[in-house]
Amino acid sequence: MSGHSYDAEAYWKANLRLIFGSLIVWALVSYGFAILLRPMLAGIPIGGTDLGFWFAQQGSILTFIALIFHYAWRMNKIDEKFGVHEE
Amino acid sequence: MSQFAINIMFVGGSFLLYIAIAIWAKAGSTSDFYVAGGGVHPITNGAAIGADWMSAASFISMAGLIAAGGYANSTFLMGWTGGYVLLAMLLAPYLRKFGKFTVPEFIGDRFYSKNARLVAVICLIVASVTYVIGQMAGAGVAFSRFLEVDSTVGLMIAAVVVFVYAVMGGMKGITYTQVAQYCVLIIAYTIPAVFISLQLTGNPLPPLGLFSTHVDSGMPILDKLNQVITDLGFNEYTADIDNKLNMVLFTLSLMIGTAGLPHVIIRFFTVPKVADARWSAGWALVFIALLYLTAPAVASMARLNLMTTIYPDGTAAEPIQYDERPNWIKEWEITGLIQFTDKNEDGRIQLYNDSEAFAPTAEARGWNGNELVVNRDILVLANPEIANLPGWVIGLIAAGGLAAALSTAAGLLLAISSAVSHDLIKGSINPAITEKGELLAARISMAVAIVVATYLGANPPGFAAQVVALAFGIAAASLFPALMMGIFSKRVNNKGAIAGMLTGLAFTLAYIFVYKGWLFIPGTNNLADTPENWVLGISPLSIGAVGAIVNFAVAFVVSNATEEPPVEIQELVESVRYPRGAGQAQDH
Repeated sequence: MSGHSYDAEAYWKANLRLIFGSLIVWALVSYGFAILLRPMLAGIPIGGTDLGFWFAQQGSILTFIALIFHYAWRMNKIDEKFGVHEE
Repeated sequence: MSQFAINIMFVGGSFLLYIAIAIWAKAGSTSDFYVAGGGVHPITNGAAIGADWMSAASFISMAGLIAAGGYANSTFLMGWTGGYVLLAMLLAPYLRKFGKFTVPEFIGDRFYSKNARLVAVICLIVASVTYVIGQMAGAGVAFSRFLEVDSTVGLMIAAVVVFVYAVMGGMKGITYTQVAQYCVLIIAYTIPAVFISLQLTGNPLPPLGLFSTHVDSGMPILDKLNQVITDLGFNEYTADIDNKLNMVLFTLSLMIGTAGLPHVIIRFFTVPKVADARWSAGWALVFIALLYLTAPAVASMARLNLMTTIYPDGTAAEPIQYDERPNWIKEWEITGLIQFTDKNEDGRIQLYNDSEAFAPTAEARGWNGNELVVNRDILVLANPEIANLPGWVIGLIAAGGLAAALSTAAGLLLAISSAVSHDLIKGSINPAITEKGELLAARISMAVAIVVATYLGANPPGFAAQVVALAFGIAAASLFPALMMGIFSKRVNNKGAIAGMLTGLAFTLAYIFVYKGWLFIPGTNNLADTPENWVLGISPLSIGAVGAIVNFAVAFVVSNATEEPPVEIQELVESVRYPRGAGQAQDH
């Protein structure tokens, strides 16, 4: 990659930005909504309990799936944009 | 046909299926059916990872722990799925680009040091052996029930079967066998759940049933469950908890442990392309989520069914007579995993929480202590019987539980044996070892690991999923930080990585052993494993996350105080960051 060092750096930065954004969501739904912020969501009822309980037992898992597919899809675009994708 | 015969038929049938696929795949083509040969679609690979990943802990044990702990044990659900986000973004694509076959190999090359590789081997062995203890405990429960023997005998049978299965090793490498195992496992888990969800809520989808209305009472099912168990002195199922620090650390520990466990990581080394490593992680999580979204429904519904079995006329009325107990209780009594003592000698089964707050109520009802002790690891296996489902469903769950336990145990034993024979002996002690000698060393290390795990599995330091959680903590504190720093930092050098891994591992093991016994030998613990004794309320199950932080900190400090890694290593780090030119995975 030595001939494209500027591009290489920009590519890695784009990747890190995407990872950082994804991990904020990852932490928010699990450590946030499901655990630490649960008391704040206690007012939102869902099937005999509250939204925090739903995030702890289902919502976070569904969000994780969406996060990985979003990351894989965006990274494919970024790989192509910077010309580092595999043939 | 007796239930025993049906069980044997289902378990035997599923094994024949795996063997048949293995033979067909081997005969059918030279390379296409092997993961390493490329051409395996990320969806197929995802299902195979799912089978590899979901073990006795997920299948047999987890729902039982959620049933007992309610909201607090949601940690297992989030922890064992959230790790895939870390794998997909922080490790898998780059390790794939690096293109080696074992985790210690990456660590040895990246940190340009044989010692780093050795330390990684030690971390891998400690984490994997602990993991196998949990598998043996779970498989022992399954065998004892289906062969109708005592739980210790069940454990011995499990040890023999796992050994034979792992030595047949070749089956592990074949993706389609694992896809078949995934299918057996997921069908076995979901079918009883669908039946029970229909019975209790009228909704055929268990994850939706969990938040639906209970048909008999007209209340939301979670409300009904809360009411029934609080009537008997237990905590509310959905109640929030006070110790959030421990809950956060436990979840974190499971998540980063997921991303640090070698037997999962190696699945990503062999996908055809870097992009496929990302997609495979996504598909793996889809397949895993099918079970993980069903598990919380199984947990709450099985707990409610258990309570209604014991108190058929409601919690205010008298519980059932011991002589009229359902057949499944009798069957499980044979294994010793359900125990009844008629403390007040009234011939009835009193099941309630022996707490101080509930003592006056219990006394007023003439109760003299809780009389039924139910091992938490039996809940999923007993679930179809508790709900009076047909015999074939019970046979199916036997096959599923064993598929889960055996596939993961075999995968772990292979990881252990390749670490010993390939990384330890061939990589450093005796590079000139013959292929025959390498194979022998692999077999011996497998046998030793099984003997150790079986011995400790007889008195495991917790329920199956808890033991497995300890293994995740160990992997989290030792391997994950080294792998991540190896990719995301060019500054961390050999000394930093070695010091980080050693302190992370030592710190975590010491904290665990103080409460769980040294080397998990029962009776050698220094402090009783109760919340009052934990430092800052952090349980031994959660300490891995703290160990990981220690590991990161030590590695950074030591690296910054010593020289930079050589230029070629910095170039290596640079190269794993870009997908182009990945090529095939290289064997040593």
